[in-house]
Amino acid sequence: MQETTALIHDHAIPAQGAKIGMWLFLFTELLLFGGMFLLYAVYRMLYPTDFHYAATDLNVFVGTINTIILLTSSLTMALSIAALERGNKKLSLAMLAITIICGLIFMVNKYFEWTTKFHHGIYPGSEALEARSHGENLFYGLYFVMTGLHGLHVLIGMIVLAVLFVFIMKNPHEKIALSSHQLKGILGSRLSIMNANNKTLWQSDLIDKNLKEMRVELRYEDHKKDKINHRDLIKLENGGLYWHLVDIIWIFLFPLFYLIT
Amino acid sequence: MEKQSVHTSPSYTLYIFIWLSLLVGTGLTVAVAGVNLRTFAIVVALLIATVKTTLVIFYFMHLKYEDRLFRIMLIFAISTLAVILSLTFADIIYR
Repeated sequence: MQETTALIHDHAIPAQGAKIGMWLFLFTELLLFGGMFLLYAVYRMLYPTDFHYAATDLNVFVGTINTIILLTSSLTMALSIAALERGNKKLSLAMLAITIICGLIFMVNKYFEWTTKFHHGIYPGSEALEARSHGENLFYGLYFVMTGLHGLHVLIGMIVLAVLFVFIMKNPHEKIALSSHQLKGILGSRLSIMNANNKTLWQSDLIDKNLKEMRVELRYEDHKKDKINHRDLIKLENGGLYWHLVDIIWIFLFPLFYLIT
Repeated sequence: MEKQSVHTSPSYTLYIFIWLSLLVGTGLTVAVAGVNLRTFAIVVALLIATVKTTLVIFYFMHLKYEDRLFRIMLIFAISTLAVILSLTFADIIYR
């Protein structure tokens, strides 16, 4: 029995590995946006007055509100993870919902901001923009690409968090799959599931050489709705890391585009 | 032993405190933008943004509570970005 428990534990998702993978992905995002910030820096150096002049058309108030919304969503995201860690499923889901709603409000604000710009004839390649100086065109080109790509990230983040919401809400179940090389170690014995009182709930057939693979799926009954799947926590932590990265990018975008007048 | 477990995370209150600090930082950025600091303005804006980012990474993203490996990875990534940015920028200036 000792051996079997060890086997199953080996099979659990390594949390550390998942997190390292997520951080590595975030670094590629850092380089993606980093390249754009480089373009911004170079063009701002070449056309300082044009950049200052173009930025006066951006609404500082909306920008500030959106900054506050994203920072707040980062707080609720962190709280959602902390709540899940402490086993408070309801609070975790509530905080996650607020995070998604904050993302939605951010996107609605962005929608109105962009459409106002379009009504004033400011969009890439528009006549109104082409009448303006080269530097202002570059400013708005960068503005639309960078805030657009950032907005896309917010949208993707919202979808990821919504999927995680469903995962966490659903009754947890565990799937255990043992392949032949793992079964080799427990040849001649049986796999069993016991509850906390060491009462055997289920026992498998004798594991012999003919057995190639074994799959076990555990589902909790309704009265255990508050039970939390530890795999969901890892997923939520990684989803949170992505959401915070989106927040960090906005922390830089906001002063660089809205506050240089 | 408990303090060394993987899932040790800061208290709710600490998170709210960090959030308030971030809001103060935002207010500061907006306020400073109103003051005419000329070329110094961008330095101040980026400095505040960096402080805010540090708070987000260390507390919200749990870096403070992770293995040293994560910090080394982050330093490596930021250094790579810094090298790319500074070399390209230098090329533009001295061309």
